[in-house]
Amino acid sequence: MKRKLLEGVKIADFCWVWVGPMTTKTLADQGAQVLRIESKTRPGVWRVSPPFKDNVVGFNRGGVFNVINTGKMSVTLNLSHPKGIEIAKRFVAWADVVTENFAGGTMKRMGLGYEDIKKVKPDIIMLSAAMMGQSGPHMNMPGFGAHLTAISGFSHVCGWPDREPADLGHYTDFIAPRYNALAILAALDYRRRTGKGQYLDMAQVEGCMNFMAPVVLDYVVNDRVPGRMGNYHPAAAPHGAYCCRGMDRWCVIGVFTDQEWLSFCEVIGNPEWTADPRFGTLSGRKDNEEELNRLVQEWTVKHTPEEVMERMQAAGVAAGVVQGGEELFDHDPHLRYREFYPEIEHPEMGRYFTVAPPYKLSKAPHELRRAPLMGEHNEYAFKEILGLSDEEIAELVVEGVVE
Amino acid sequence: MEDNGEGMLSPYRVLDLTDEKGLLCGKLLGDMGADVIKVEPPRGSPARNMGPFYHDEPDWRKSLVWFAQNTSKRGITLDIETVDGQELFRQLVRTSDFVVESFAPGYMDRLGLGYADLENVNPGVIMISITPFGQTGPHRDFKGPEIVSWAMCGFMSGRGDADRPPVMVTHHPQTYLHAGVEGAVGAMLALYDRWTTGEGQHVDVSIQESGGRGTAPVGWALTRVRMPRGIGQAGTAGLRTTYTWPCKDGYILFFYATGAQGVRVSRPLVEWMEEEGMSDEFLSGIDWATFDLRQATQDTVDRMTETTRRFFMSHTKAELFEGAVKRRILLYPVNTAADILDSPQLAARDFWREIEHPELGVTITYPGPFANASGTPLRLSRRAPLIGEHNAEIYCGELGLSREELVILKQAGVI
Repeated sequence: MKRKLLEGVKIADFCWVWVGPMTTKTLADQGAQVLRIESKTRPGVWRVSPPFKDNVVGFNRGGVFNVINTGKMSVTLNLSHPKGIEIAKRFVAWADVVTENFAGGTMKRMGLGYEDIKKVKPDIIMLSAAMMGQSGPHMNMPGFGAHLTAISGFSHVCGWPDREPADLGHYTDFIAPRYNALAILAALDYRRRTGKGQYLDMAQVEGCMNFMAPVVLDYVVNDRVPGRMGNYHPAAAPHGAYCCRGMDRWCVIGVFTDQEWLSFCEVIGNPEWTADPRFGTLSGRKDNEEELNRLVQEWTVKHTPEEVMERMQAAGVAAGVVQGGEELFDHDPHLRYREFYPEIEHPEMGRYFTVAPPYKLSKAPHELRRAPLMGEHNEYAFKEILGLSDEEIAELVVEGVVE
Repeated sequence: MEDNGEGMLSPYRVLDLTDEKGLLCGKLLGDMGADVIKVEPPRGSPARNMGPFYHDEPDWRKSLVWFAQNTSKRGITLDIETVDGQELFRQLVRTSDFVVESFAPGYMDRLGLGYADLENVNPGVIMISITPFGQTGPHRDFKGPEIVSWAMCGFMSGRGDADRPPVMVTHHPQTYLHAGVEGAVGAMLALYDRWTTGEGQHVDVSIQESGGRGTAPVGWALTRVRMPRGIGQAGTAGLRTTYTWPCKDGYILFFYATGAQGVRVSRPLVEWMEEEGMSDEFLSGIDWATFDLRQATQDTVDRMTETTRRFFMSHTKAELFEGAVKRRILLYPVNTAADILDSPQLAARDFWREIEHPELGVTITYPGPFANASGTPLRLSRRAPLIGEHNAEIYCGELGLSREELVILKQAGVI
């Protein structure tokens, strides 16, 4: 059994949907003890949303849930019941870190705000990852990643100059969890040195602003509102996504230097048009970019994206397959080599895959463990962690506090 | 809630050798209080070539991307390809906790500055390497500009109109930023581990995997169904739904929800439309509690879309958002940079920071730090460094070189 880097770190986890669980997955995957506080009567979104294993609905059969909640424990607690809040506080007393990503003010209303929790455990590290933060006129506004992507400014700059903003999906959902994990780990180090915990009020929108900083600065100093640029790059041509052989299959190519241009021409067989002086310089290629892209695509459509990528990269030209689920999971030989989608055993999912951390620590290899079944650790949590007797637990079940 | 000026990472030093592929990592550590030293080649980092530029003046001192991702760092110059440079670097490593770099795999090893070498200099040093595909594997030597990482990590797939190529965000690199944060996370994990083992280690960050972590192909693995492009999201079984809607002065983002969400989210919008006489029989007749959008026909969706579109076109972004806040509808404006600066929410949270640029004679408004930590507030301690700005401070002040030695090293091109 591999050494657990975050052995001994205990997290009372009130997170739901995506951002929260992805945050604590980072920590669980390194061996932290993450206790998910869930509810059967108000189950989290990914406990009840497709895709399900074999299309059969079930708390433990959700594809997304099982990928993003690896290595965690699960208790079922009714937080609408006052005794449920009391029990939750006892888990807080056990924990080093408390995590949640409800809309701003929610935990406070439940009696589990930072001030309440600090009374239970003065050196607790609490992380709240609401979309807008815990203060401000919009703090109560709920939203999903797609909404945050829009208000953070990403949507506006994605797409074509002559078209509406492109759908970027829930892009910001992939930003916030990284920041959250970072803040928790830094706070843990600070506490290790000083004994002091603190409150991490992480407004997802604020973290996203770092990813938008150059756009913001462009407006601040140049009074310019950046718009949509398609796949344009000021210092490269060809630069874009090109249609290849097959159904909806694409390869991107980026030619940045004179040498790369020569290599690119050689790979495509030095057709006559490449000798046209209009295409001989970067400036020339930028000025005639539409025609250039059309000519490039005349070549790429005859090849699969993998062929294009392999041949270009072998010649020192940047190119890459536009990968969707099928390519990423079934065909990318590099991700396979890197063991990026490890498979694990699960009582209801059978063998299912999850996603590994995007970094490898040379002296602390990670070991991914499966996601928990709903309420799987009730006995462990109530008996071992809280020291309740069988009778006490039975009474809580009858009262509807423990589900 | 005390603030004695200490940051979460105040005791630690970072040597930052990255180019644009890893700059954000050092900035985050610096904003958290670490002493971050940006190490550039003597003529400056190529990342300084990245526009947009201050007042559109394409100058190595005026790159806005450089400004954005190098706050809270001091700066020195050093040519690590020279023997003298490598010796100076090792001296710096002796008193450093982290080395962050983004060179091609094998480059640092060839210079005798790979992790195995640095470990001998300082057993506690943690090295973070950020590269397009990681240090190992069949694609490790592939060229990985931003467009390639977008394509290969999964972000690009399915984006944009079906009659055009898939599309990315190109104003400035994004995947590098995802990897930068992951690099900082990896650094913190290694720091935690150092308390246990007393040793540093090597953190191998892949830009492709950093992006890919978000796009895990769950749907594909379970259903083996390729989703056609140009359709909306939210798992709506291949139906063309709309996410961004034009309005009077721009765009807003909204999507219909059904079931319990629908009652909370969709019904208030329809009620608003009814108040203004802009709903129709069909839309008003939907029972949101039982209506399942995923089971609807394209025709139904199109009818809903048409009516809703007309309503949105009759209002501005601000009007629609105001109504959304009041009525608790999940509707948000597609903000431009101007809208973001105007945000009352960000202003109320004191999010913006005024950073001095004495060399330009101005103060510039920057986005604030990524976290609010009650006990150890984060801060942008300074603007991005000029080329070699702290050479004297660090080489003479800390390593004990004399002024004369500094002059010699400059003329030799070592610094």
